[in-house]
Amino acid sequence: MQTELSCTPLHTAHEALGARMVPFAGWSMPVQYTGVIEEHRAVRTRAGLFDLSHMGEFEVRGEQAVAFLNHALTNDASRLAMGQAQYTLIPYTDGTLVDDAILYRLPGRYLLVVNASNIDKDLEWLQHQLLGFPDVELTDKSAETALVALQGPLSEQVLAPLTDADLSNLEYYYALDTRVCGAPALLARTGYTGEDGFEVFVSPEDASAVWDGLLEAGRPVGLMPVGLAARDTLRLEAKMALYGHEISDQTNPIEAGLGWAVKLDKGDFVGREALEREKKLGPARKLVGFELKDRGVPRAEQSLYKDGEHIGFVTSGTHSPTLGKAIGLGYVPARYAAPGTEIQVMIRDKAARALVVKTPFYKREKGVAK
Amino acid sequence: MNPEDYKYTQEHEWVRVEGDVAVVGITDFAQQQLGDVVYVELPEPGAGVEQNQPFGSIDSVKTASDLYSPLTGEVLEANENVNSDPALVNSDPYQEGWMIKVRPSDVSQLDSLMTSEQYAEYIKDM
Repeated sequence: MQTELSCTPLHTAHEALGARMVPFAGWSMPVQYTGVIEEHRAVRTRAGLFDLSHMGEFEVRGEQAVAFLNHALTNDASRLAMGQAQYTLIPYTDGTLVDDAILYRLPGRYLLVVNASNIDKDLEWLQHQLLGFPDVELTDKSAETALVALQGPLSEQVLAPLTDADLSNLEYYYALDTRVCGAPALLARTGYTGEDGFEVFVSPEDASAVWDGLLEAGRPVGLMPVGLAARDTLRLEAKMALYGHEISDQTNPIEAGLGWAVKLDKGDFVGREALEREKKLGPARKLVGFELKDRGVPRAEQSLYKDGEHIGFVTSGTHSPTLGKAIGLGYVPARYAAPGTEIQVMIRDKAARALVVKTPFYKREKGVAK
Repeated sequence: MNPEDYKYTQEHEWVRVEGDVAVVGITDFAQQQLGDVVYVELPEPGAGVEQNQPFGSIDSVKTASDLYSPLTGEVLEANENVNSDPALVNSDPYQEGWMIKVRPSDVSQLDSLMTSEQYAEYIKDM
């Protein structure tokens, strides 16, 4: 069965730029423009522009909004200052995950940004959680929201002339309502690349003006449009989890190393019992990063071995453009999670030696503190 | 764009016959689809390869694929240069980016492969 792919408001812009379009989560999305390594390096050293209009945006309003969010999410929404954002997780009752998300506290509303592939599932799950919060209004704004991300060390320099906002006062993981390229926008200092950068939420009608404006302003300093392929290598180097890989309905956040986004001291919430137990006992397996010592490239779902024993599996793997090495993430028993542990990755029926290493693989040297 | 004197497979390999040696690589279309190539695994000289069967693998940043042999025969040489500089496959897929040289055991197998014209038609709607 083939269903029609959705197009973002920037579809024609991508085609004009020569992007290779691929189906992704029901959308036709640019996977690369000029080359994944080149695009990756542009973000690490200069700036890159991403179309993330496929992502989901839910608005939460009402007197009980915080109480609802603290019931349905693992992080503590009550700790958010006005304009602040936090990484959070949507748990099932057994502590595994419906999705991960960024929650923004904004004047008169909360905004929850979720993965494109999970929009319907998340909405249905969260609507179930609304029972007992009659005052809360949960609205799917995904269709009315386009999202453009500007990432990389030169992002502030590129964006500053195009917005009314004072960027030097916009801290990492904060957002404000402002104008970008003349269009009303929610401007957030967030991202999924391990670099400083911004995410610009605008109406679909304004997406082209913002995209073209940022592209034109950034070109002289080496900004490039960046596709999904480099988005994946960038997030992997920064050890940011990807739903369906590092996290899923088969994994819990404690073993994924996301315990910092699970706040047990905030009172009861979905999955609390399971997650409290997991935190207390310590996870049986842990997500680790590894570097390949032999030649080859690890890929998701390949098996991990320790001295002939099958011990786990790869969740993501690639060739790291920054390190020039093959790297991966995967689950192993907790006793094999220490950096320096030698493991093996089964790549096409051949065992390749790998070394558990400290993560993230890449960390930017300076930037706005989180 | 695809050399006229080469033959092509449905798996996007090309083969060029030079006397009794067949040189094998992947097409420009294939390298574009793969994106930046970072690793190529090739057989040792002396190994046997079979038509339409995998003889090696290629990894781009994004994905891994098998390499399929256009012909049956014996591997005479694997391109050391693509081992040390896999980007050659992207920059020059039809010359410097070749993969293996094979001594074909049955050159009539060439007749089952596509001409450059047929291959151009084959990839048109991909």
